[in-house]
Amino acid sequence: MSATVNAPSDEALSRFVTREARLIDEQRFDEWLDMFTPDARYWMPLEYGQTDPILHNNLFYDDLVLLRIRVERLKGNKTYSQKPKSRCHHVMQAPSVESRDDETGTYETWTPFHYLETRMDEQVLFAGWSRHTLVLRDGGLKIKLKRVDLVNCDSAFGNIQLFM
Amino acid sequence: MSRYRGHPDAIRALVREGEVHRDVYTDPELFAVEMETLFHNTWVYVGHASQVPKTADFITTTIGLAPVVMTRHSDGSIRVLHNRCPHKGTRVANEACGNAGRFFRCPYHAWAFRTDGSIAAIPLPNGYEHTDFKSSPAAKGMTPVAAVHVYRDFVFARLAEDGIGFEDYFGDSLSSLDNMIDRSPVGKLEVAGGVLRYMHRCNWKMLVENLTDTTHPMVAHESSAGMAVAIGKQQPEGAPKHPAVEIYAPFMSPYEFYEGMGIRVWPNGHGHTGVSHSIHSDYSAIPGYFDQMVAAYGEDRAKEILGTNRHNTVYFPNMTMKGPIQAMRIFKPVAVDKTLVESWTFRLVDAPDKLLERTLLYSRLINAPTSPVGHDDLEMYERAQDSLSSDANPWVNMQRLVEPTETADDTAIVNGTSERQMRNQFRAWTRFMVPA
Repeated sequence: MSATVNAPSDEALSRFVTREARLIDEQRFDEWLDMFTPDARYWMPLEYGQTDPILHNNLFYDDLVLLRIRVERLKGNKTYSQKPKSRCHHVMQAPSVESRDDETGTYETWTPFHYLETRMDEQVLFAGWSRHTLVLRDGGLKIKLKRVDLVNCDSAFGNIQLFM
Repeated sequence: MSRYRGHPDAIRALVREGEVHRDVYTDPELFAVEMETLFHNTWVYVGHASQVPKTADFITTTIGLAPVVMTRHSDGSIRVLHNRCPHKGTRVANEACGNAGRFFRCPYHAWAFRTDGSIAAIPLPNGYEHTDFKSSPAAKGMTPVAAVHVYRDFVFARLAEDGIGFEDYFGDSLSSLDNMIDRSPVGKLEVAGGVLRYMHRCNWKMLVENLTDTTHPMVAHESSAGMAVAIGKQQPEGAPKHPAVEIYAPFMSPYEFYEGMGIRVWPNGHGHTGVSHSIHSDYSAIPGYFDQMVAAYGEDRAKEILGTNRHNTVYFPNMTMKGPIQAMRIFKPVAVDKTLVESWTFRLVDAPDKLLERTLLYSRLINAPTSPVGHDDLEMYERAQDSLSSDANPWVNMQRLVEPTETADDTAIVNGTSERQMRNQFRAWTRFMVPA
């Protein structure tokens, strides 16, 4: 019963996903990492409709250690590809709740987005869909899996330096 | 006015003993000459036999800028054809890979070709009855590439009708490919895991030179590899090394490590870093793999194969591979200041999947558009591509540990921080840009 009482509303799930993109855009990456469970993954497949992240390559399949390496690197003063720094910007459709399991506290959302990354005089537009698997931990929501499917995941890209 | 086309002396003058002129990276005419001569006269990697297992399977790719299709002919052999309809020039095979079915069929006017390129059918053939079509170039169909050689499933081609033979061109450098292939208990590789495609706004040769540049990792990659080392130290005592830390940490090895590992050069621009050891030497063992290798080869031979840990082998002009992690990169020239880097990965047939998993992780961490190591490398190339426009000094320096006796035909082992292999590449560059 108590799980149902504490269950987040659809609106709360949507707010959480929206806040996550905002933390990225504001480059508050330490707070962003705090949104993930210790065993979380940030996954960006390389292939359209990809199902296997292990024996097929990916653009990202990061655990928290790897995400932490990236985030700490971005702060460094010898991070030459960030001299000057990149900035980024999300425009999202309202996240839709695709599934909810209040017994286990597991929720899935689907969010179409446009993401823009810019550095010096160049800006690059990406489009795709984020799927968040969210879980209740100690009464609060955490990200267990964020899967980002780019529309053109198999294109040749230049640098993708920040996070979608 | 043409400065380089038809002026072999002007091209030769660009390469000095220890420096090269910046035009080799920035001049569009010189890039065009490279595509017409260098990429015609050399043997260029095309694809791997495992990509076309069945009759009429194909992949499409480029040799220099020339579009080609590699396919499996009905007799089981591998053929490489110019991917151009002889009629109007339309690209016949368009997908990255597929199966042609009974024939390659041009989508424009339905000319159909067998898997050796010969014409199978043309609609309304009577329209050509009273012409000399049979003696036209079109009658030959999709033109086969002049020379193709398959070495242990690796397919190479030479566009020029005449030129150096495959064995003479690669010579002993094939030992690096052998070592990668021998790491399979059955001596066989398969392309696996997809291809990472990374676009670089720089000349293709900068990427090839960086492969044997051993004085940059601890500088350019301190932000990523150094951070990985620092975060690795925060991991719980006694915990297994995080796979990303295991891959990144050796980049921070001191100069002495790289000096000692050695560089070997071969004739025609080939060479490799990591003669005695390399950044790939100390990866953790994959359970069961060594036993499989001993069962297949015997203990001595297995140890010899797995004890060879060459770092990057350059197959001039535009291929590189890493035997210990079964990864290969192709640097596809697109324009004088634009290069597509393709990172391919291989499964060692009959070896544990964990090896492929590590191979994929390595390529993703180091060579992907999302890789911090790749970001800092590309930053260096782009800054060079832009700032080489400075007229203050038109020369790029490659004098480190130069020796007065160096020639294009040497096989030699030198200090691992020498720029010898870069010079070796440019001696080969001159040789195949301006054939004698």
